[in-house]
Amino acid sequence: MPPTLPRLPRALGLAARPLPLPPLNLLLGRLTRRLSDAHPAMLRRLGDHAARRFLIDPLDLPWVLLLQPQDAAMTAHPRARPPAHDARIAGTLSAFLAMMHGAEDGDALFFSRDLTVEGDTAAVLALRNAMDDAELDLTEELAALSGPFARPLRRVLAGAERATGLHLHRIGGLP
Amino acid sequence: MELTVGPNFFFWPAETVRGFYRELSDAPVSRVVLGELVCSKRLPFWQGEIPGAIEALVEAGKEVAITSLALITLKRERKLTAELQDLGLPVEVNDLTALAHVPEGQPFWVGPLVNIYNEGTLRWLIRRGARRVCLPPELTLASIAVLARLGREEGVPVEVWGHGRLPLAISGRCYHARLHDRAKDSCQFVCDQDPDGRDVETLDGQSFLAVNGVQTLSQSTASMAHQVAALEEAGVAALRLSPQSQGFRAICAGYADRLAGRIDGAGLEAMLRPMVPGGRLSDGFLAGPSGAHWSAATEPA
Amino acid sequence: MMELVCPAGTPAALRAAVETGAHAVYCGFADETNARNFPGLNFSPEELAEAVAFAHARGAKVLVAINTFPRAGAEPLWHRALANAEAAGADAVILADIGLLAHAADRHPGLRRHLSVQAAAANPDAINLYASAFGVRRVVLPRVLTVDEIAAINREIDVETEVFVFGGLCVMAEGRCSLSSYATGQSPNMNGVCSPASHVVYAEEGSDLAARLGGFTIHRTPKSAPAPYPTLCKGCFTSGEQTGHIFEDPVSLDATHLIPKLAKAGVSALKIEGRQRSRAYVAQVVRAFRAAVEAQAAGLPLPESVLARLTEGQAATAGAYAKTWR
Repeated sequence: MPPTLPRLPRALGLAARPLPLPPLNLLLGRLTRRLSDAHPAMLRRLGDHAARRFLIDPLDLPWVLLLQPQDAAMTAHPRARPPAHDARIAGTLSAFLAMMHGAEDGDALFFSRDLTVEGDTAAVLALRNAMDDAELDLTEELAALSGPFARPLRRVLAGAERATGLHLHRIGGLP
Repeated sequence: MELTVGPNFFFWPAETVRGFYRELSDAPVSRVVLGELVCSKRLPFWQGEIPGAIEALVEAGKEVAITSLALITLKRERKLTAELQDLGLPVEVNDLTALAHVPEGQPFWVGPLVNIYNEGTLRWLIRRGARRVCLPPELTLASIAVLARLGREEGVPVEVWGHGRLPLAISGRCYHARLHDRAKDSCQFVCDQDPDGRDVETLDGQSFLAVNGVQTLSQSTASMAHQVAALEEAGVAALRLSPQSQGFRAICAGYADRLAGRIDGAGLEAMLRPMVPGGRLSDGFLAGPSGAHWSAATEPA
Repeated sequence: MMELVCPAGTPAALRAAVETGAHAVYCGFADETNARNFPGLNFSPEELAEAVAFAHARGAKVLVAINTFPRAGAEPLWHRALANAEAAGADAVILADIGLLAHAADRHPGLRRHLSVQAAAANPDAINLYASAFGVRRVVLPRVLTVDEIAAINREIDVETEVFVFGGLCVMAEGRCSLSSYATGQSPNMNGVCSPASHVVYAEEGSDLAARLGGFTIHRTPKSAPAPYPTLCKGCFTSGEQTGHIFEDPVSLDATHLIPKLAKAGVSALKIEGRQRSRAYVAQVVRAFRAAVEAQAAGLPLPESVLARLTEGQAATAGAYAKTWR
């Protein structure tokens, strides 16, 4: 296990900044619907907490994400104007991706303050546990959305993973 | 409902214990459970008082039982537990270990530190010989009502926590010794400095807990002052009053007045508040939302 | 070789445990019948049946924890959990409540019964009582005992013993603690939760992060310091002149180095705490402990523990196994 998580290279963070929100939101919306359809157990595990609004705050990106599991919706917003929410989870993008892909334990990231939580702690726990059980794989989910471009996309993401140290696919054989 | 006095949790000097039980013998209570509950190391300092106390209480017409320890681990403690039978009194089981030493068919009582949460457990204990039980303080009124009904059907009186700092936890570790940077084995009996337990506050100065050797108590004194009608309706047979260092005989009289309808809940509350350590009361295990809550509070506790 | 009993809060964690070398996995149903009734965790009866099939196909056992104390008037929920565990093919159930043990012995005599740590059976008399009255075959020992005491117990009983070797550490006798319900109304015994997340509030105050449980401040930490979860007994409090961790420091148990002594003390199984943790945690801990028990069985030196980062407060203790803890 790496002693410290990588931060997103500054150039990449800056490159993301001018990205206009509408196309990003289109992608996020499709990805979230795809996750919701492909992993129905996730919503079941969330139970009543699925109706909560989760603000996901990747500190090294210029925007924050509002996740509403019940509606299978996720939207990006400028950090300066965060939308109303019930819980906020903040951390580096790499911490989120490592937790999502089973490379890091959520509690350990929390103990070390790589992740911080505000608001409805129980809802955050439910989300963390539901995602952990779903064994998500961002590369495969994006590939599934990309039709004929799935293979080149996998190649690009694998390259990005090597270049940045971010976890972009599920840990198969486990760490 | 009747009144039962539970075992003293604290480490008091022998002469204090002597005076306490002498006073109690003419208090308006039906029965007394005594003996060492918390720490076997304390017992040699006051066990000489036990026979005299039993004699005085029995002579005054009280029913008397002897408690087991709350947590039995050492060989010496197991031997001590086995010997409780020799006193010829009912043993109040407060660690299931003590039950192993009660011969099949011999009656015993069950104290508040045994986990009776449901009918199946109560029924099993009654079949094994339980003749009186005090339920765990954590139970809600709904659970109490179910268990009290079963107790009535089976002819076994069910009592509940009536007054006293709540016994919230028991540990292998001694917090008094830890606070004094001592190991449990060389504690030098520092728990004798705090006759009602040593208060523990939060970092924001909120009144919270109290430590008493290996035991953790609530800092608030639980009181059923405002719950008497509900408990009577639920079919509870007795309230258990847990000893405190100041004014305990008057407290017993206060509860007796309350049960007899001579004073109301507010009257008993007004009497208790200056007498309980720290002046804080709670009844939230019964009335919700949490144990620390006081149902008659105008603001959240 | 000593049996390695590993936690699984989700089917994914169970698969991770089995794939990384668990001899047995313990888990529970997604309701108040088990002592890790946390949001988003645990198994439906169908998930359990699938999990048992997965584990059995790979030579691992599944133990089902039904280790809360049934609520008066609601016992059928717990009775159904027993029936569901048996129907799913569970290798044993882990129980704490006397009434539930009696019911299991009566109605499910073929289903192996283990005594949960929540029953707090801490000496041979209590253990032998549970064994003779309810046919209990294994007892999970409370974390208040020293290794020598464990050895002494094993000399006086006929059932197997299982002890915790890693993870969260209860400082109080388990199953006999109402601290959580005193602050929040919810307890391990009644609701299967301790210091529940639903009652936790974090607040940034000046340069501190304050963590409150049911309105009681459990600790304050400088913003940059590690932030333990506000588990009540590991909080920082004040008593008289003293301020500190009055009950227990925010550390967790790591008894890796005691494995040879525990084997010599006659312990049958080693238990890892953490059904509330992720599959990443399970995989890392199970892999490390499987290597350790194999080394022990082969008489080889134990591998160095690499698990510090996973522990709460990022510090570990041998707990009560060393007598100085008391």
